[in-house]
Amino acid sequence: MRWRRIEERVFGVLMLLATAVVVGSLVWIAGVIVYRGAGALKLSMLVQLPRGGAYGREGGILNGIVGSVLLSLPATILAGMVALPACIILQDEHAGRNPFIRSARLSLDVLWGVPSIVYGAFGYILMVYMGLRASLLAGIVAITFVQLPIVARAIDEVMRTVPLELKEAAFATGATRFEVATRVVVRQSLPGILTGLLLGFGRGIGDAAALLFTAGYTDGIPASLTEPAASLPLTVFYLLGAPYPEARAKAYAAAFVLLAIVLVVSVVSRLATAKLRRSTVI
Amino acid sequence: MRAVTVFLIALPCILAVALFLRSRPILERVPVLDLLTSDVWRPSRGEFGFLPFLMGSAWVTILAMAIATPLCLLTAIYVSEYASPAFTAVFRPVIDVLAGIPSIVYGLWGVLAIVPAVERIAPFVGRHLGFVPGLSTASFVTGDCVLSGAVVLAVMVAPVIIAVSVEVLGAVPRELREAALSVGATKWQTVKLVVLRKSFAGLVAAVILGFARALGETMAVLMVVGNVANVPGSIFEAAYPLPALIANNYGEMMSVPLYDSALLLAALVLLAVVILFNLGARAALKLVTVRFRR
Repeated sequence: MRWRRIEERVFGVLMLLATAVVVGSLVWIAGVIVYRGAGALKLSMLVQLPRGGAYGREGGILNGIVGSVLLSLPATILAGMVALPACIILQDEHAGRNPFIRSARLSLDVLWGVPSIVYGAFGYILMVYMGLRASLLAGIVAITFVQLPIVARAIDEVMRTVPLELKEAAFATGATRFEVATRVVVRQSLPGILTGLLLGFGRGIGDAAALLFTAGYTDGIPASLTEPAASLPLTVFYLLGAPYPEARAKAYAAAFVLLAIVLVVSVVSRLATAKLRRSTVI
Repeated sequence: MRAVTVFLIALPCILAVALFLRSRPILERVPVLDLLTSDVWRPSRGEFGFLPFLMGSAWVTILAMAIATPLCLLTAIYVSEYASPAFTAVFRPVIDVLAGIPSIVYGLWGVLAIVPAVERIAPFVGRHLGFVPGLSTASFVTGDCVLSGAVVLAVMVAPVIIAVSVEVLGAVPRELREAALSVGATKWQTVKLVVLRKSFAGLVAAVILGFARALGETMAVLMVVGNVANVPGSIFEAAYPLPALIANNYGEMMSVPLYDSALLLAALVLLAVVILFNLGARAALKLVTVRFRR
């Protein structure tokens, strides 16, 4: 009897400790990045390209900011263009028994687990195969592969919650499959689709491993799809290895900007979803 | 639209085939077993032994899971069984935020916070516990070592493990808990003897998913793990995991013969292992959900 009570206590304390460690590490990470990053960030960095030699001791991180947006925005759109029609196909009334749909969902699970460095290597193979060099285009393709399973799984998940009765009601009034898909399923899951896209964007803008081989790096802003593009994560990575404190300060600042973008996207997606949800029945 | 879905189904195979075709030159030259078990890595002389990188990945990932698993499972049990709804409402977004933080940010945190901390504790541990295998600091150089990589990884995979575990625990029917409580079991006994037993396969799946995620993680680990091509003998030695090998050498790929073939083979090995783990985890998850639906 006594032992039982001790065990109860011990595990209660352990669980509280574990939870505190998990929450505490988030606070620790945010604290370190905000403290070092915000301290190093000057507003002029946000609007200036790097200047002053190999590691760009002067100037800003505009190349990284613009490069990241140029890479992940088109990638998000591409991923959405693949994921949306694919997910519509997955919403079959007999999905559980349909081997085609089941293998598609399994494939998405598998793709979700593939590390981004592997997508980077695959993007590199594609790039060489098409006769390209490290470029904005190759980077977009690699990031699209990274985002695709994230976006598709999010969209599929939300589309699965559309009630069957709703679709049946539309069919009963004589709607075609296409009409049901676009006007009922897509319409009802619009908030979730938006969340999925923003989730993908957030993941894409933070990914570095897929870009190492494919997008390259530049101090300028790419003028065309075939020029290399910088990105915020790689700005952090390269400048961190610089021998000058000024350059490392820029790395901290870039990490802070990146974290801020990711957090803002996450908050916006929550707010937008809440707002859009008012116009749906689920 | 069907064509797009077919593309999605084929994509994992396309990835594997593309990587395999590109790694064939080295596979034709050297038997796979030799590649995987040799520890000599001298690309300029045409010697490609993957053992240091496989062992580097194993050390860092297994240590990371040893840190993360108890923490995450205890947290998941607390959130699912004990915490108030108000706490859960706050905790969920926190986990989402943790999951969304870019790996380079985790890496920077590792460089600024974890590496110096490891540097400070290493001599102390070495003095008092150095006789324990795996804890020796005899070849300790800097804080860039297995332990730093594992700590950063543990924090990175926590959101995955916790999110899946909470979901699995939530799927255990409430009636089972009530039955246990009504025959006089304490809260913890209910958790230990009913909830955990029922959801065991799912919790294993959560840990495997975390493991697979940790195995493929590149940038954050690369920044804090030292990157020395040696089989590590202690958590205070530098290691060189497989993803870091690929990431670090992409620039030199073209200049040395067979080098890019070797690196793409590394990517193929990584892909194969990660897919296997993911499929295993999915099968276990399915087992749990199917059992509860009855």
